[in-house]
Amino acid sequence: MKRLEHTDDVLAPIREKIQACIQCGTCTASCPNEFAMDFTPRQLWRMVLTGQKDAIFRSKTFMLCSSCYYCTLRCPRGLPLTEMMGALKQIAARENLAKHKQSILFYKSFMESVRRHGRVRESEFMTLYFLAMKNPFLPFRFALLGMKLMAKGKISVQIPSGQTEGNLDAIFRKAEELEGLKD
Amino acid sequence: MKYLYYPGCSLEGTAAEYNLSTQAFMQAVGAELTELTDWICCGASAAESTSYLLSLALPAVNLAIAENTDKNKDILVPCSACYLNLKRAEDKIRNDRSLSEKINMILAEKNLKVKGHTRVRHLLDVIVRDLGHETVQNLLKKPLTGMSVAPYYGCQCLRPYPLFDDPEKPRSMEPLIEAAGASVHSWDMGGKCCGASHINTKPETALQLVSEILKAAKGADAVVTVCPMCQMNLEAYQRKISSLCNEDLKITILYLPQLLGLALGISEKELRLDLNLSVTDTFRKKWC
Ligand code: SF4
Ligand code: SF4
Ligand code: SF4
Ligand code: SF4
Repeated sequence: MKRLEHTDDVLAPIREKIQACIQCGTCTASCPNEFAMDFTPRQLWRMVLTGQKDAIFRSKTFMLCSSCYYCTLRCPRGLPLTEMMGALKQIAARENLAKHKQSILFYKSFMESVRRHGRVRESEFMTLYFLAMKNPFLPFRFALLGMKLMAKGKISVQIPSGQTEGNLDAIFRKAEELEGLKD
Repeated sequence: MKYLYYPGCSLEGTAAEYNLSTQAFMQAVGAELTELTDWICCGASAAESTSYLLSLALPAVNLAIAENTDKNKDILVPCSACYLNLKRAEDKIRNDRSLSEKINMILAEKNLKVKGHTRVRHLLDVIVRDLGHETVQNLLKKPLTGMSVAPYYGCQCLRPYPLFDDPEKPRSMEPLIEAAGASVHSWDMGGKCCGASHINTKPETALQLVSEILKAAKGADAVVTVCPMCQMNLEAYQRKISSLCNEDLKITILYLPQLLGLALGISEKELRLDLNLSVTDTFRKKWC
């Protein structure tokens, strides 16, 4: 796990999109997850505008966004706030930031299952996640739900399998290639 | 009424009863669903959290398949997360030329091309606007008399694309519930977020949101949902939340087509209520 790259201004494209923020606080007042955040959404946007990269990626705020789109709906300036929370998550994932390891590995394990099969195999992706977290105790938190689902025949125990016919390697590779290019 | 059908991964696994009850209900009202062949995962919240282009390219693959299958049919999507991902891709492909070019460069790897001719529809949208509560009324066989139902919409079928309901104060399910012979539990939690995607990575946050919803549902006989993630959040942690809150918060959670299906006289077995994680005995005795 790396620390954040300091070489180029990763916040620039986000700053451009939220330039018109008037710091009214509507986003904060609308956010269902605000109670668990260390900086409010309004403060976060201020930090983006003033380029406080380190503080932003040290905070939990953007990872706590559950994409409910309340702020996007209500922002008086019509800013694409939920997408920008997503953009921050994408930077954290690209940089593999240690601070956000758990969420990043969760999403990446999911995507790995999609890449291999085209569709998610829920139990495989959970296994990949536990393996990646190297935390044998983590599964216990899911054990109860897992047992309930297994009893209903909704999931089965699955060992991560290799590639299958429907794999999306080409799609993933091309997206990655294009994402490396600046527009 | 003919639709292309995109079930999505959850409906193939943990939300099988949403899939089966949707099909049973749509058949009962005379609609025809054709499942998209070779559909792929829409990327859920994972793609948006890792790669912007993939979060559009994965749904775009499905839109391209739909365009090749039948341009004239709407795409029916029961999962709210899938719906939003497909809708968002549709919106960008239509309205952002340079993004649409990039998406097509990616799709070219699979010899696909997307033009932006699709119409992605949420199941609730189709039930509300294409069928209407009159359809439920006309086909009513087993009125759910005496049942009080709390409609739970969640977020992503309402926001950011408010196409069939008020994204602040959603009410579109109310006439349907009443047409089924039940009454509407009055609450203001219908459009609130349940924090679904957090239940795995930030469980404390999600459980807090879910407990507020369950508390507000007290007094209702059931909550109905239109999203497998909302459903799972509301049904799977009731015991844990009840003990955390020191309060009995157990309540029946059904998918909308299960509730409407019961009223249309479709059997509990066909609607697969046995797969739900929370159907109380009192509920079963009274209405199944
Ligand atoms: S609601 Fe919009 S304008 Fe107001 S503080 Fe939030 S981002 Fe800025
Ligand atoms: S979209 Fe994210 S940041 Fe905006 S209100 Fe919802 S949870 Fe909060
Ligand atoms: S929401 Fe879930 S599961 Fe449903 S298709 Fe989209 S990703 Fe795959
Ligand atoms: S309520 Fe929560 S989980 Fe259900 S759709 Fe909205 S964000 Fe997803």
